Amino acid sequence: MAEILFKLLEMTIIIALLIPIAAMLVWVERRMIGIWQDRLGPNRVGPFGILQSLADLLKILGKEDWIPPFSERLVFTIAPVIGAVCVLMSFAVIPFSPSIGVSDLNIGLLFFLAMASLSVYSVVLAGWASNSKYALLGGMRAAAQTISYEVFMGLSVMGVVLLTGSFNLREIVIAQESGWLIQTQFLGFIIFLIAGIAESHRLPFDLPEAETELTAGFHTEYSGLKFALFFLGEYLSVTLISAMSVVLFFGGWLMPEPLASWLPPLVWFILKILFFVMFFILLRTSLPRPRFDQLLSFGWKYMLPLALINLLATAAFKLGGFYG
Amino acid sequence: MTIANNKKIIDMTVSKDWQQTTVISLFEEISALAPDVALTPVSAIENIVDDIPSFWLDKDKLCKLMQALKYDLSKPFDMCFDLSAIDETERQHKGNSVSDFTLNYHLRSHQRNQDIRLKVAISAQDKNIDSVCSIWANANWYEREVWDMFGINFTGHPYLCRILMPNTWQGHPLLKTHPARATEMAPFTLPPDEQDKEQQALKFNPEAWGMKRQNKNNDFMFLNLGPNHPSVHGAFRIVLQMDGEEIVDCVPDIGYHHRGAEKMGERQSWHSYIPYTDRIDYLGGVMNNFPYVMAVEKLAGITVPDRAKVIRIMTSEMFRILSHLLFYGTFAQDIGALSPIFYMFIDREKLFAIIEAFTGARMHPSWFRIGGVAQDLPQGWDKLVRDYVNYLPKRLDEYEKMVMQNALLKNRTVDVGAYSSKEALEWGVTGPGLRATGYSWDLRKQRPYGGYDQFDFEVPLGHKGDCYDRCRVRVEEMRQSIRIIEQCLNNMPEGPYKAEHPQTTPPDKSRTMQDIDTLIPHFINVTWGPVIPVGEVSMFVEGTKGIMGYHLISDGSTMSYRTRIRTPSFAHLQMLPLISKGQMVADLIATLGSVDYVMADVDR
Repeated sequence: MAEILFKLLEMTIIIALLIPIAAMLVWVERRMIGIWQDRLGPNRVGPFGILQSLADLLKILGKEDWIPPFSERLVFTIAPVIGAVCVLMSFAVIPFSPSIGVSDLNIGLLFFLAMASLSVYSVVLAGWASNSKYALLGGMRAAAQTISYEVFMGLSVMGVVLLTGSFNLREIVIAQESGWLIQTQFLGFIIFLIAGIAESHRLPFDLPEAETELTAGFHTEYSGLKFALFFLGEYLSVTLISAMSVVLFFGGWLMPEPLASWLPPLVWFILKILFFVMFFILLRTSLPRPRFDQLLSFGWKYMLPLALINLLATAAFKLGGFYG
Repeated sequence: MTIANNKKIIDMTVSKDWQQTTVISLFEEISALAPDVALTPVSAIENIVDDIPSFWLDKDKLCKLMQALKYDLSKPFDMCFDLSAIDETERQHKGNSVSDFTLNYHLRSHQRNQDIRLKVAISAQDKNIDSVCSIWANANWYEREVWDMFGINFTGHPYLCRILMPNTWQGHPLLKTHPARATEMAPFTLPPDEQDKEQQALKFNPEAWGMKRQNKNNDFMFLNLGPNHPSVHGAFRIVLQMDGEEIVDCVPDIGYHHRGAEKMGERQSWHSYIPYTDRIDYLGGVMNNFPYVMAVEKLAGITVPDRAKVIRIMTSEMFRILSHLLFYGTFAQDIGALSPIFYMFIDREKLFAIIEAFTGARMHPSWFRIGGVAQDLPQGWDKLVRDYVNYLPKRLDEYEKMVMQNALLKNRTVDVGAYSSKEALEWGVTGPGLRATGYSWDLRKQRPYGGYDQFDFEVPLGHKGDCYDRCRVRVEEMRQSIRIIEQCLNNMPEGPYKAEHPQTTPPDKSRTMQDIDTLIPHFINVTWGPVIPVGEVSMFVEGTKGIMGYHLISDGSTMSYRTRIRTPSFAHLQMLPLISKGQMVADLIATLGSVDYVMADVDR
């Protein structure tokens, strides 16, 4: 009984921390982009503008919760919730430190992939239920993009599974005690990262919401809290993809000695995540957006073969006993 | 009428010797081609002071002559440069050929480097004329504009409807009978039922444009892009007929930014119209004043002093850089690169600071005056300019790596939205859009105006005419502009910044308090504005977006009788359906960005 209560408490704490962290990321991103673009970014609310997200939240709470009369009401309301929930569910399998983590599912990695696939419903349904042409185009783009990219997202991590012999994320981390998987799975990591950016619809893969083309894409008709949920979902998934990259390829909370003794494992984990989040933001400031068909052909023509080669090579080396 | 007779008329009427030879030779050539087309040279009363050969002709001969000029003439006239009308009903000084309306066809031959102006008289009883759309593709919008503004009917036009005014509008605003000021009209009201009607009128009807709602496999989607859309750069609406994400056809809808600038020209004094010109191509600043003041100076016979000339060229080139930098940034942004525009805005700010030091204003200085510029350059101006001239090239090198060399950007823009030189000329494309196709035609080189013949610079060219080349040409133009500015800096002549001429505005004040004979003209010129001699003139400059110019008619008054503004963006937007067919939506956005238009420049 006490164990269940403890788990519930742990879950609550993780969710209660994740959501403010995602909100803070909005500020971090705006500030960092500001600095990288030779301007200041939001610096008025609180010290260094750190309370900007809070101000945004208050403003968004005060907005009218408007559902367009021409939309499909029920689906329109559910769509943003699906997105946020799917991403939050994925965090259940992330091992934050040797002792922290909601669930050590044996199929943790598959669970993550499943949730990533499910979250596409959020975007597609939003695009469809809005009953608006821009939203529909955004939804269509999202469906095509996510379905293509999750194929080789799955393939890219199979190398990791081959090497560690487990779908359990905690065991994958522990298996990296002898060395991070990035050493052997570099190609897999690159493919995973690219697919991850595509999954979270960030520039240069932000076609479903390309504002210069589709005004706001699938969330054109959304405002107020529902819009905030989409926003939250996007930043949560940035955190998620960063966390997954760390867990799968960069040893999770592990650090080589003597660094490991300087800081607790959880802090190392968070620092590593932060590094990837920053990378995501930097990517957004520096790259233009490919065209829709270019994105898809890049996926199927280059990423898929590369992912397969990576998998086959890893399997061959494993069979050949190169990894000991 | 025989050729010999006509020659005699020319001898009698055309007063300027330098013009005679070209007029006569062109006249003979045309008469040999189309003997039954009776051309009459313009009369002395009309006093056309520019060097464009101008002829009157009968309206039933128009199409025949157009055909001969475009297809039969050796070194033909290959561009319908402008088409506009004049309501002559209140004109005091007019020749015998003038009826109630005049249609002005302005054609250009690039091989001859010569223009021709054809005038057709139309009476108020029979406001019909044959459309020339089948000969000049770009006459379509011009004829719609003339119909919209004057109510002249073009028979055979594919779809003659309102273009600048709303569909529900009653009347024709450029008629002299239409009031020009709000105080002459009843107050504007928009009751709810009227508003509903207006909204209904905006609904797009594909059938009216000859579009189908489906083909045998698919239903088409009609997407309303604009008038408020982040990538249409202003209030501009394009209705896209789409098959999935592919554009089957599109209909550009303009007029949301129409302010009646041409009508205002008929109610403002020659001097007080200058600020209105700034707002035509609102990124061009003083570049807009340039053709206008040149036209007025030509009418008044004012020669501008050298210092004023160099100052004008220097500030114009500064605005070319300002406009091109904005283009560069927004183009990259339209492709999805978010950062370059911020860096470029910093460069623009630095240059605006210099403009501010010169003129006291930033985007719209209204700084050129009839006969010169408003003030002399401030002390220490050369240091400001020199610092900037040294600063910008390094930044451009950086942008080269950031934008032009970016593989993603190249993928998005190379071979996208391309058109050939032939198509460009057919559609009246000028400026960087024409040069990107590899056609070397820069007004500053071909017909140097305002002193450009004294400067050493190159004309950058593209070769594919696609989005990437249009951007590339503009980037290189900025470097050439820096070169010109540098030459201005090193060779700024001493002397007055305004001409010593009674019609220079505001006039020279140094002797006004000493003698009554200068006090009275000064008083009149300042209070009423100068009276510009009767005449007609067209003046053009190589603007930021292409060739922009003013066609002014003075009826010997303090205000212009007709102000026609020929803007490049109008022609460029008309071409959109041609280049956007078969594109994806994302390509269209890249194409729109690369065309570099300003809606104020389109709608006026």
